[in-house]
Amino acid sequence: MTTADKPTEFKVLGSTPLRQDGVDKVTGRAQYGADIRLPGMLYGAVLRSPHAHARIKAIDTRAAEAYPGVRAVVTAQDLPELESKVADLGEGSMNLRYQSNNILARDKVLYFGHAVAAVAAVNAHAAEAAAALIQVEYEVLPPVLDVRQAMRPDAPILLAELRTDELGQKGEQPTNVAAHYLDEAGDLEQGFREADVVVEREFTTAMVHQGYIEPQNATALVTADGQVTIWCSTQGAFGVREQTAEILRLPVSKIRVIPMEIGGGFGGKIGVYLEPLAVLLSRKSGHRPVKLTMSRRDVLAATGPTSGSYIKVKMGANRAGQITAAQATLIYEAGAYPGSPVGSAMGVIFAPYRIPNARVEGYDVVVNKPRTAAYRAPGGTNAAFASETVVDELAEKLGLDPLAFRLQNGVQEGDRRVNGVAYKRIGLLEVLRAAQSSAHYQTPLAGPNRGRGVAAGYWGNYGGKSSASASVNADGTVSLQEGSVDIGGSRTALAMQLAETLGLPIEAVRAAVADTDAVGETEGTYGSRTTFATGWAVYEVGQQLKTQLCERAARLWNVAAEQVQYAAGVFTSGEQRLTFAELAAQLDRLGGPVVASAAVQPKTWGPGFAAHIVDVEVDPETGKVQVLRYTAVQDAGKAVYPNYVASQMQGGAAQGIGWALNEEYVYDAQGRLLNANWLDYRMLVTLDLPMLETVIVEVPNPGHPFGVRGVGEVPIVPPAAAVANALYRAVGVRMAELPMAPGRLVAALQARQG
Amino acid sequence: MSAMTHVQTTLNGEAVEFLCEPRQSLLEVLRETLGLTGAKEGCNNGNCGACNVLIDGALVNACLVLAVEVQGRTLTTIEGIAPPGGLHPLQRQFLEHAALQCGFCTPGFIVAAKALLDRTPRPSELEVRQWLAGNLCRCTGYDRIVRAVLAAAEEAQT
Amino acid sequence: MRAFEYHSPDSLEQTLTLLAGPGQAQPLAGGTDLLPQLREGRRPADRVIDLKRVPELNALTYDPARGLWVGAAVACYRLCHDPAVIQHYPGVVDGAHVIGAVQIQFRATVGGNLCNASPAADSIPALIVHTAVCHIAGPAGARTLPVEAFCVGPGRTALAPGEILVAVSVPPPAPHFGAHYLRFIPRNEMDIAVVGAAAAVTLAADGRSFVAARVALGAVAATPLLVPEAGAYLAGRPVTAETIAEAARLAQAAARPIDDVRGTAAFRRHLSAVLTRRALERAVERARA
Ligand SMILES: Cc1cc2nc3c(=O)[nH]c(=O)nc-3n(C[C@H](O)[C@H](O)[C@H](O)COP(=O)(O)OP(=O)(O)OC[C@H]3O[C@@H](n4cnc5c(N)ncnc54)[C@H](O)[C@@H]3O)c2cc1C
Ligand code: FES
Ligand code: FES
Repeated sequence: MTTADKPTEFKVLGSTPLRQDGVDKVTGRAQYGADIRLPGMLYGAVLRSPHAHARIKAIDTRAAEAYPGVRAVVTAQDLPELESKVADLGEGSMNLRYQSNNILARDKVLYFGHAVAAVAAVNAHAAEAAAALIQVEYEVLPPVLDVRQAMRPDAPILLAELRTDELGQKGEQPTNVAAHYLDEAGDLEQGFREADVVVEREFTTAMVHQGYIEPQNATALVTADGQVTIWCSTQGAFGVREQTAEILRLPVSKIRVIPMEIGGGFGGKIGVYLEPLAVLLSRKSGHRPVKLTMSRRDVLAATGPTSGSYIKVKMGANRAGQITAAQATLIYEAGAYPGSPVGSAMGVIFAPYRIPNARVEGYDVVVNKPRTAAYRAPGGTNAAFASETVVDELAEKLGLDPLAFRLQNGVQEGDRRVNGVAYKRIGLLEVLRAAQSSAHYQTPLAGPNRGRGVAAGYWGNYGGKSSASASVNADGTVSLQEGSVDIGGSRTALAMQLAETLGLPIEAVRAAVADTDAVGETEGTYGSRTTFATGWAVYEVGQQLKTQLCERAARLWNVAAEQVQYAAGVFTSGEQRLTFAELAAQLDRLGGPVVASAAVQPKTWGPGFAAHIVDVEVDPETGKVQVLRYTAVQDAGKAVYPNYVASQMQGGAAQGIGWALNEEYVYDAQGRLLNANWLDYRMLVTLDLPMLETVIVEVPNPGHPFGVRGVGEVPIVPPAAAVANALYRAVGVRMAELPMAPGRLVAALQARQG
Repeated sequence: MSAMTHVQTTLNGEAVEFLCEPRQSLLEVLRETLGLTGAKEGCNNGNCGACNVLIDGALVNACLVLAVEVQGRTLTTIEGIAPPGGLHPLQRQFLEHAALQCGFCTPGFIVAAKALLDRTPRPSELEVRQWLAGNLCRCTGYDRIVRAVLAAAEEAQT
Repeated sequence: MRAFEYHSPDSLEQTLTLLAGPGQAQPLAGGTDLLPQLREGRRPADRVIDLKRVPELNALTYDPARGLWVGAAVACYRLCHDPAVIQHYPGVVDGAHVIGAVQIQFRATVGGNLCNASPAADSIPALIVHTAVCHIAGPAGARTLPVEAFCVGPGRTALAPGEILVAVSVPPPAPHFGAHYLRFIPRNEMDIAVVGAAAAVTLAADGRSFVAARVALGAVAATPLLVPEAGAYLAGRPVTAETIAEAARLAQAAARPIDDVRGTAAFRRHLSAVLTRRALERAVERARA
């Protein structure tokens, strides 16, 4: 670990206690969403569209309703019809009417797998059989599957009322282009005139899925008084509550969401799919609990994916190695409804570099594919694949080491992004230097068909609303209730921050994830925000506890509260001395329980930067790529729970390598998804990866009490570009399409041979 | 609903009987009938290993076994891996090595790794990777999982 | 999934009786193909007949004079860990052991791989080049078929209604015989072959020329494909890079691949030659060892 600036001394942060939910998770006891079983519970099934684009002319549910064991059938007619209204979903916003139509198609199905109706029955087999009996009459329409095709004036229109948001103004014509954005800085033409080397390239990337192993699930119970309880696997219980309330037009206070353990999300479990259906089915079946779970096929066909894209990049640099100009056009698939991450992609594309003259344009385009959802640094991997391979080519043309070229142009505090915003203290240069001096980069790579690639990456991170509360127990321990679901050790990272604040050992603090009735509003576990923002809430809770406890000690000692000091678990005032536990044991005599709660909405999140190094070996005859060695270097601000920071870096790298090499949605000409299973949607397996080395750099975020930056997202930004750059070094072809699948690589090699 | 079949097995060391339909998978019966939810459903078609269990010591995907097939057999699930009052070395090392993020794949990996160590007490890294290739983990990139299994093998030897 | 009855007979006779009953009966070996197919409604079943308790289907024997006998319900794990099989039939192991990961290996059978008749089935090309024979039992009695004649289309076999595959027999390897199967998959496990290639060669005692050879491909036609031209070309020719390349070219010419989600026809054609060459090279190495 390398540390920049003044390291702060911590006792708990930076240590590696066992995670508090660990034993439950290694013994099979942890309860994930689908593990729930309630008395009288019914099982649901969802009927999905076999067409990518069709008008629904009629739905006949009679046969399903008559099927033995069926208790309820619902269609879009059971959902309130909603006005267009935009709701913030975190990592992307969503028009609620579209959100409702995505839950159950109303007049049109817009993608293969679009939900059309749902059934609840006494067991899953009956529900599934009944769903298959629902008759839907479709008028099949031509599908639009490619963004550039969708932008043509003669393209079939998906959403009749859609008008382009043209740099803030609404367009007049029906269109598939939901939005057009632009960021500019300096004088682009002048910048290219100053360049001695210019590289211009076009890229395409395929739609990919988050690939969490746990399918979406939701169980709901509506009692006779209309009170709703939802158990589900979600990244954010409050988001589920809000979306369900909006979609079903219910007061938020009528809904309680109990977040179960969650088997991965990566952005894909922020928006709701099943929760409102489970509520409708429970209500319609006479107030029985209803559990809905998706099959893997449904997960791939109808949830999550992130945008495929078309990206054009042009960059110029002078002989001195200075980038003088950069231009990019990014066109992102939104899927069936507006809301691709093209905006955040625009923020990623040139983020690591000081570029005086730049222009970045983005288009959000609807196509007949599933509505896209956030996926880990949404839009970033595609964007960095394009820009970081062009940067690599520039460095090569200038005869410069790729890391040195990046260092020379790398941003630091005070430099401005293309959108004009100036960076605060950031750690890119420290990261690049750590990459240069890493064991990996210092070890030469030899051998035929082998190559080493590097790439840098940026992610802005996020703050948002978080709440927590804690109570002091008589035995000197502290119980923490926090609102962030724990997808990868965050309970423990939060308990650590409370322990640090209180000067207690981690064993004295126990964290629990609270439901929406038990803690203040907390945004989901996304945007690399949990350790940062909920950690801050926890810090505030700790400060309040300390203040209150000092008051109690003051009462005991009969001194003014200001005369009580607290440090390292001990209260003192003059000669008087009490440990935390000794004071806790006396609280009953000193005014009763000590409880504190805090809610924060910090705006001072700090961006994260990463640099990845990869060695590959290519079999030029088959196009197969083996990753030989991989190192991820990243600025974590402060690595609160270092094992789990490293694990985020490794996991992000692994997902990115899979995206680089194999993962893609394959549709036929009718828009039917051909690979909705894990044999054909190829996520990496154990044998595809080496050990993944990590170097954590710590440049504290000045905007957080402990210096924390988010760490979860940036590690997926560089891998595809790093692998592409390594492939080029190995076999001499620059790949411009993701995934760089074996067949494509062989074709590129053959094309080069002519 | 069709006729129920009566099945008797030994499950995690105890005699267990249940009624099931022939079309029900072992995974469905474990989870929905017997309340053993440690085996997870990730794909329901043999692609992910989240549902791994042992039948007479053989590692299988419970989603690809009919529950009626386990008549007279001995089953081990993640719930039966730990010795009474403790943890199996694999469970301990998964925690020590932070070999899980979301933990959804973890039961499947631990059950699979147990089947490996039962046969190959000191596997190489490659052997571990080969044996675990039918288990998907989307969170970790496998590094820590492989290290945990190697460490558990070492722990079990000493 | 539609409801069905389950039977677990313990004799071949009883099995055939159950299969002959009314409605649709589906034999069940490891279930690694059948269960997903039942679930997705791709195979109808009123009755599922579990073959795993039938003694004949569980036999796995090797005899230097008669060769190898693999009961149709023998799991790949057992087959691939049998010392005699490892020693005498490494080419068969090459094909059987890549079927799925280890969880699948404990369940999947070579019999099921044959009867499922996927064009990409991994065990079949190796069995073809080993001149293996399918042993079939049915209402009309027993019969045999060469493995290459067993699959007749994607998902379709030469089995008549009521017939089952009892076993596959593989003749004892001749002196100076070597075989190898390999496939191309984008990952290193858990993938279905984009192309598979098997080769078996019998060399002259000095190891310098081919006495006989067989080449078979997977995933390039409606069924696993024997390429007789390649074998015929090699017989009697010296073992050189050129002869091997020519055999690979003949295999490539015989391939009739299609575009699908796992690969394009052009890529498959390309791989047919590459993999055939590699299969032959390794088979020659084994024959010389
Ligand atoms: C995750 C996964 C990975 C896989 N990977 C591969 C792979 O890499 N390569 C590959 O080739 N396959 C693969 N498969 C497919 C499958 O595992 C193999 O085809 C396997 O050999 C099938 O054997 P089984 O015993 O499970 O067959 P079953 O599913 O039991 O049977 C298959 C079919 O044959 C019929 N049948 C079975 N036995 C007989 C018999 N004796 N007589 C008549 N009919 C019979 C059944 O009714 C059924 O229709 C994979 C499957 C999964 C789930
Ligand atoms: S659920 Fe059984 S292998 Fe995925
Ligand atoms: S820890 Fe989440 S899938 Fe493995």
